[in-house]
Amino acid sequence: MERVPILKIGDILLVSIQLDMSDQTAVALQEDLAQRIVDTGCHGVIIDITALDIVDSFVGRMLSTIASISKVLDAETVVVGMRPAVAITLVELGLSLNGIRTALNVERGMELIAAAHADELDYQLDDEPDAETATP
Amino acid sequence: MALSTEESGRLVALLSGQDERVTTRWTEIVTSSLRGRLSQAELRRQVQDLHRAIVASGEQGTIDLSADSAAELRAALSELSRGRARQGFSATETTISVFALKDVVAELVQEAGGADALKDYVAFSKLVDEMGLFTFESFVRTRESLIADQAEQLLELSTPVVKLWEGVVAVPLVGTLDSARAQVVMERLLQTLVDTGSPYAIIDITGVPAVDTQVAQHILKTVVAARLMGADCIISGIRPQIAQTIVALGIEFGDIATKASLADALRHVLRLNGVETARRQPRRDI
Repeated sequence: MERVPILKIGDILLVSIQLDMSDQTAVALQEDLAQRIVDTGCHGVIIDITALDIVDSFVGRMLSTIASISKVLDAETVVVGMRPAVAITLVELGLSLNGIRTALNVERGMELIAAAHADELDYQLDDEPDAETATP
Repeated sequence: MALSTEESGRLVALLSGQDERVTTRWTEIVTSSLRGRLSQAELRRQVQDLHRAIVASGEQGTIDLSADSAAELRAALSELSRGRARQGFSATETTISVFALKDVVAELVQEAGGADALKDYVAFSKLVDEMGLFTFESFVRTRESLIADQAEQLLELSTPVVKLWEGVVAVPLVGTLDSARAQVVMERLLQTLVDTGSPYAIIDITGVPAVDTQVAQHILKTVVAARLMGADCIISGIRPQIAQTIVALGIEFGDIATKASLADALRHVLRLNGVETARRQPRRDI
């Protein structure tokens, strides 16, 4: 069985889906991702679906599940690189991928996660005013 | 409906025996119906082409417009009607060029006389009728393809996607928005978002004369699709009457930002981007 690779870039995990998803690969991806989030302590997950020609209700549900799992583990999920044709099909089907954040490309997705994380950092910094100045 | 071999033979004999006279008379009749909108020489050339095609297919035995042997005749007829359709002649003016042959044949048959004159004339005129119908059909086909081409060109012309600012694109919609156009607009906009990597799109509906539930539905679909791709849409250019119609119809735009003018929409996006617009002291000429 093929596995979807999970890459770590800084504080973000990047998942690029390049193959047709089956039940098994989806479940394996969810398990791997949850494990990696806990191991690395990352706060952002980017799922790149540029290579996907078809996003059906199955893939939609898988994305929702991954987003929920990440949320529980305190990581923000952003789906990036959806093709115009895929977006149009999803709208025509009435699937709106509720609760999933989207961005145009990986770069924008990283900005989005950085912005969301910065808000959180600000919040934490308020509690410990000299946390940032302490590090060289 | 095909002519028998003997009838074809007699027709060919009639037409080719005095071809100079036939084409001259034919051209005269057509010229009078077109009222000088086509030069005599051009008409003469067309008539000669037709005449040659009829004689050629008649010499191969029977004249049958649907048979393979009449391919040249069919080509000549469709050539004629295509040309006329493009030059803006009416359907009557086009088919009359073919029906004029009847008058010519009537004169020839009358002169030749003979026992079978009436029978022959009826058979010939049936053939001419068939040719006329064929002409008419290719005329209509040409016109329809012209209209289809123009509609497509209009579709291409009327949906530009313009870049307003770094990361901000706008679609100024002009004219009524039907399903076909909405689809084109949606595809164009989404493709531009991907190509330029712009996270903001402004849909300006100043040029849309009326917004009903269907148009609103199309716009909403576009906005939702853009959101799925990770871009935000703002609707601008809502005129007072349209605002009233939208409320009266109970259309809900939900959490989609709507602005009265394109300028407002652009300012809104710039503010979201952290760009501040400030008024400077205007320059004075001394």
